[in-house]
This record gives sequence, structure tokens and C-alpha cells, in this order.
Amino acid sequence: MIPSRTALGVLGGLVALAILVGFPLAFSNPTTTTIAFFVLIFMIATTAWNAFSGLSGYIALGHAVFFGSGAYALAIGAEKLHLSGGWSVFALVPVSGVVAGVIAVPFGLVALRTRRHTFVVITIAIFFIFQLLAFNLGITGGSSGLQTPTPLWTAVGYNQRFYYVAAAILVLTVAMACGIRYSRFGLQLLAIRDDEDRARGLGVRTRRVKLLAFVASAIPTGMAGGVYAYFLGQIFPQFAFDPLFDISIALMAFFGGLGTLTGPLLGALVLESLQQEFTLNFSAGSLYLIVYGALFLVVILLLPRGVVPTLSSLAPRVREQIRRRAEVPPPPDQARDVA
Amino acid sequence: MTALLEIDDVKKSFGGLRALDGATFSVEEGSIAALIGPNGSGKTTLFNVMTGYAQVDSGDIRFRGRSITSAGPDRVFALGIGRTFQLTRIFARMTVLENMLVATQRHEGWLRSVFRAAGSPSERERAFELLEFVGIAGLSSLPAGNLSYGQRKLLELAYVLVADPEVILLDEPAGGVNPSLINHIIDRIREVNRAGKTLIVVEHDMQFVMDLCERVTVLDQGRVLTTGSPDEVRSNPAVLDAYLGGDDEEEDDEVGAAVLET
Amino acid sequence: MGSAYAKAVVDGILTGGVYALMAAGLTLIFGVMDIINIAQGIMVILGAYLSYSLSVHFGMDLFATLIITIPALFVVGVAVEWFFMRRLADRDRTAMSILVTYAVAILIEGGITQVYGVSYLQLHASYVDTSVHIFGFYLPYIYLYGFALAIVLLGALYAVLYLTRFGQSLRAALQDRRAAELIGIDVDRVRTITFGIGIAVTAAGGMVFGATNSFNPNSGYDLISRLLTIVILGGLGSIGGALVAALFMLVLEDVVAVAWSPVWSTLVFFAVLVVVLTVRPEGLFGRAATRAQ
Repeated sequence: MIPSRTALGVLGGLVALAILVGFPLAFSNPTTTTIAFFVLIFMIATTAWNAFSGLSGYIALGHAVFFGSGAYALAIGAEKLHLSGGWSVFALVPVSGVVAGVIAVPFGLVALRTRRHTFVVITIAIFFIFQLLAFNLGITGGSSGLQTPTPLWTAVGYNQRFYYVAAAILVLTVAMACGIRYSRFGLQLLAIRDDEDRARGLGVRTRRVKLLAFVASAIPTGMAGGVYAYFLGQIFPQFAFDPLFDISIALMAFFGGLGTLTGPLLGALVLESLQQEFTLNFSAGSLYLIVYGALFLVVILLLPRGVVPTLSSLAPRVREQIRRRAEVPPPPDQARDVA
Repeated sequence: MTALLEIDDVKKSFGGLRALDGATFSVEEGSIAALIGPNGSGKTTLFNVMTGYAQVDSGDIRFRGRSITSAGPDRVFALGIGRTFQLTRIFARMTVLENMLVATQRHEGWLRSVFRAAGSPSERERAFELLEFVGIAGLSSLPAGNLSYGQRKLLELAYVLVADPEVILLDEPAGGVNPSLINHIIDRIREVNRAGKTLIVVEHDMQFVMDLCERVTVLDQGRVLTTGSPDEVRSNPAVLDAYLGGDDEEEDDEVGAAVLET
Repeated sequence: MGSAYAKAVVDGILTGGVYALMAAGLTLIFGVMDIINIAQGIMVILGAYLSYSLSVHFGMDLFATLIITIPALFVVGVAVEWFFMRRLADRDRTAMSILVTYAVAILIEGGITQVYGVSYLQLHASYVDTSVHIFGFYLPYIYLYGFALAIVLLGALYAVLYLTRFGQSLRAALQDRRAAELIGIDVDRVRTITFGIGIAVTAAGGMVFGATNSFNPNSGYDLISRLLTIVILGGLGSIGGALVAALFMLVLEDVVAVAWSPVWSTLVFFAVLVVVLTVRPEGLFGRAATRAQ
């Protein structure tokens, strides 16, 4: 008796949650928890990105704007409020999210007027505008960047606290993505993806729907940026606004499965852990650029639907096999005769 | 009495091409009207401007006396005019049921849709009702992209009905469909008309048109050639000319009559 | 002060010509294949690096290096098209092409960094380091030669397009792909060669760019954003549009650099791109994109 998909889903969710909560307690080595932290950050960003781009089909390559804005918002906020390291700085994380969301409104209004391919280009252009601003405005500290307060925690405790904050944001983000996907709103986004004009002709308020999804995807991304900035203790414009960030989350979402719920999580888990291992064992250098580029090409061209959808379309076949075997087991002696 | 839908001297060009050159006709409420004409006569363009998918260069389109010339597809839809597409436009990656559910939210506040489940029980019920009406209820959980061409046509019909429009524009509902399915489609269309809806059908299949429609409007080179009952139109020599380009008269009459018989 | 502006305008026109050449390649690729080649920027840089190696290690004159780099980049273009662009499905083709070419660009950037490192380089030659004195300011000869080169190559491009049979096929495919296929034009071959040509012109652009700017592997981003602005401004698919837009944008940038500051002049490109796309998504001269993407 094979359990229903929903039952499996809920069970899987609970297991994942248990792992999420228990992980840093079981593996308290700071190197491991640092990697885990970064994985969580990317899970948040990819899930949020996917909630917009995966469902609507509008590939945005400018979400680093939200990540970087969130990062700078936290850094500037901490400075203006004269916060010293500790739990209080985490209170600025929601602010990072709000800042990103606010920026997403004009960004979205401008960018979403265009067709899909010019949309991608315009998100890239706006991203570079922000990067330029970060390099040149006084308030962002220019090319020397900004610092964030340093909390006085032990190495293990430091990582654990950041891990759990990120985990909490992740749970909220996944809940949001889930809510969007299974609501009427999600249906409208999917319709926009498949045939936007037709959707419009059927009464879907396409512009508002797209904008709302865009802003919704910006908020968790901004929060991730804020936490990230606080963790690192220091941000620079080229890392807060990094074109590789955009490519990475797109790649992770494509790898896992664009538009699915678990896909972004899987993609971030696999690819970010790989990337972290890579930078630890090889000098960062330019090798990972080559690997990223190559990996992206492989994924887009050979696995266009991503891992999760490919696996789940295999699932019915696997079930069929199991069913067949269960019904007609070959008698042992006959099998031997048929050479 | 004003007709339900009036098309008044509509002109539309694409680059140098005159797709519509002063088309004028009207449709009475509760009727089933046909729009026929040779390829390139402007039928689909006319549908497009009527439903807001294209804008006219000049002329007026009125629904219940009010001008809808500049309305976009969403406004036209909200006013109660639905249409199907010649090359079926369905949401291929969503299931048949989900396709139907997208169409059910005409009256929704857009922000509320975030907090609504994909389909309320009553909406699902209605969706299933319509799927049964057209005959594809059994396919409701399949991705719409997996449907055969004929099944897609039925799906198109189903979801143009979801919003309960007053007027339905059908763009080649029988085009490319298995002959055995065509009678079923004619039957469903008659049923819809009996429920009080006005229908305008663009079709190449002459038998289909003659069987189904009360009034036939012939379009040629962007202009209305003539309007009348199916019999009147069938025997009009100008119509035969339009379809054949008019060279040798006698031969044309025979061939043309044969064309209109099929 | 006036001469500073005069210099800016002249600079802008001269470099604009070179940018027009590189943008022509980009716009041609889109016109024939519906592909937005994000890698165009890094290809220019690749051309610059190749010219660098040839001139430094083999002592070749910069213009002479083009004899090798142009065909080399043509081959690179054909290879990229053959291995990657072909596999793009028709659905969402343009948006996917952006992702694929972005990936290719990153790949190439990584490769270049591995080989050459991240330090800035510049191409040198006698005509790069010496200037001519006109209109009250000094202009390195390379600007004039580069402009001349661009004009010659653009002229050659026009000749190919309008005087050869291949060019005819290309223009037919540009107008209406389906119709071209129906007449029996081998559209696949046209696409491959067009992509090759589109990349080959970046070799020339790269040499001139490398001689007039210091560059490193990161310079590709800046370049591609300029090329995209030019191409979208001039209208995707329109070479004439690209020429006008290139001249306009480069002059604008140089004037802004003088009037305001060099830092913000780069911003001008992005800002113009965003404004144009918002107001007129199909560019100023482009065919209104009625194609479904």
C-alpha cells in the first residue's frame, strides 16, 4: 500500500524540519555550521526567487539588488542606531526585508512592463545601477564597504545563533512559497507563465499579480541579505551586489526544478555545499566561475526541467514496476530454464 | 431595436496590408451568426479587434449601444464577451481542472486571491459541470498539453463558458476536428444558444455553418460582401466569386456550388 | 573648457564607430536567431586578450593580429552555436538564450582569469602611445585607425548582406524565418554562420578596445551592458539603428564624463537602457516585436 502524495509530503516536511532543527546540535563543528548557514541563506534566496520567477516564468537576474539592499540596510541601521553586537541587531532583519520590498515596488513597476526577454535585460541593468551606486555613494562607504557590529559569542554559539535565525526565516519563506503555490494567486501566476495574454483575456489582473509576486520574493531575499551582512561582519559592494549571486540562485532553482517547492531547497543544498567545499579545498580563484558556467549549461541544456520534476515523473514508472513485481512473481525453476 | 453587437466601418491595417477595410454588420441578441469568407478576408482580425486583442485604426464597435472599440481583452471579458481561439490557446502545463479554475475568478478582488485556495468547492463543482457538458470531465487531472486537438477545442469551449458570458465568439470551433466530434460540438453550441447566449461563429466548414447558423455574413478583403440566411448566401454569385477569384463564370458556378455543398 | 567638450564629442564618435561594429554583431544575432548573446561582452575581451598574447609573445602588430583573431573568434562563435544554441527549444527561446549565453560568458571569464589572472592589461603599439594634435587637443592615432577599421568592417558587413547570396538568405531569414525555410533556405546554416560573424566582429572591436582601455576579465560586464543598451536603443535587429545609437550613446557618455564625472558616465548607459525599455520596449528603430517570445 503506497501512501498518498499529501501524506508523504507532510511526513517529508516533518522529517526535514527535524533535521533542520537538530543539525547544528549534532554537528557543532564551526566549519560545518558555517557551510550550513550559507546553505540556508541560499535556500531562502532561491525559494523566494523561485516563488516569482519559477511560477511566472519571468526570469529575474537582478535579485541581488534586494540581497545587497538588505545587507546595507542592516549595516547602516546598526550604525545609525549605535547598536553593539548581540541579539538586538537581529531586530533589524525584518527592516532589511521591508527595505527590499519597498525597493521592489518601483523596480517591479518599471521592469514588469516589458516582455519576458527584455525583462531579463532590464533586471540586469538595474542590478548594475545599484552596484554602481553602492560603489559611489557616501552612505554606503564606497568601495571600502561597511562594517556590522560584532557580537561577543563563542565560535560555536555564534554559528548556532545565526543558523537558527536563518532557519526561522527559511521556514517562513517556504511557508510563503507554499501558500502562494497552492492559492488562486499561484494559479494566476502559472497561467501567466503559460499564456499571459490569454490569462489577461480571462480576467487575470496580470500586472498586479506579477508585481505582488515580485515584491513578495524581494522581502525574504532582503532579510537573507541582512543576516548575511551581520554574520560576515563586513560588506563590500562587489559582494553584496554580486552578479554571481543572481546566476547562482537561478542555477539552483533550475537544477532543483523551476516552479517546484522542494527544487530550490535541493538546488541550494547541493550547489552551495559544493561551492563552499570548493572554496575551502581549492584556492577560490576563477575555477569556480568555470564550474558554475559549465554546470549551468549542463543543467539548462540536459536537465531542462530540473532534478525534482525529472525524478517525480519517474515515480509513477517506479510504482508501476513495484506493482507488476508484486502481482506476478516468476516461479524459481522456470527462471532458471529460460537461459 | 439596436442589435446586441454592432461593427461599424472598421478598418485595420498591418503595415501595408489592409486586413479590414470598412467592415460593417450587426448581430441580434440570442442568434447564432456565422462569419465566413475566403482565407485572408479578415475574419480572425475582426474577432481580434472585437475582443481587444488588436486595436482598430478607425471605426466603431458597440456592445448594447456602448462603444467598446478601445477596450482591452480584460475589459471585453468583464463586459460579458468571451471568445475561443482558432489555434487553441490553453495553459499547457496546468491540468485541465486548473485551466478551468483560472477562468472562474472574474469577479474576484485581486488581492484576496492570495488568501484563497485555488478553487472553492462551488467553483470546482461548476468547473466539473462544464467539463461534463462538453464531455471531457474524465480528463480533469491531466496536463492540458496532453490533450488531443479535438479535446482542446472542447476545453476551449468549456472555459469560455465558465464566466457565463452573454456573447461568445467561436473561432473555427470545428477546424481540424475529427468529423465524429463535430456533431457533438454543433449539439453543444445549440444547447448553449438555447440557454440564451448569442453566438458568432467563424468557420470554413460550410456544412457546419449551414446546419447551425441563422444568419451568415460573408467577409471578403476586409469588407462585408453580403449578409443573409444560409440559403440566400449559398446561391449568391458574388459569394462564389469571392471564394474563387472570379474568372470563368460558368465553371465557377458549378465548382462554387460544389464548394458550398460540402 | 570648450575643447574638453569638443574632445568628448570626437572621442565619442570615434569610439562609437567601434562599438557600432560590436553591437552590429549582437543585433544581427538577435535578428536572425532571436538570441540575446550576453557573452558578446566577454568575447570582445577575449579578442583583446588574444591580440595581447599575439602582440606580446610573437611581436605581431596589433592590426596584424586580426588576421588570426577574427577567424579564431568566428570558429568560437560557430562552436558555441553548434554546441549550445542549437539545443534551445523554441519555447521561451530568447529568455533561455540569455541564461545560456550568460553561462557561456562566465565560463569564458573563468577561463581567461585562469590563464591571464586578474591584473589590468592594455595593448600597446606606436600608434597607441603617440597622438595627433587636432582641434586643440591630443588624440591617440589608434582612435582614428580604430574608427577607420570599424567603418571598413561595417562596410564589408553591408557588402555581404546586400551583395552576396548568403547575405540575401540572411536578410530573408531576418525578415521571416518560416517563409525563408519554405523557399528552401538552409536556415540552420544561416544561423550558424551569422552567429560566427556576430562573434568574429568582436575580435576587431576587442583589439581596438584593448588598445584604448585597460582591461581585465571583469571588463566584460561593463561592455555587455553598453552593447545591450545600444542594441535595444537602436532596435533589436536593426544594424543602422545600432550605428546611430552607438554614436549617440558614446558621445553622450563622454560628454557626461566631462560635464559631471567619469564615474557617473557609466551610469548613463544603464539609466538610458532602463528608461528606453520602460517607455518603448521595442527600441527606437526596431520592428515592433510581434513575435511571441
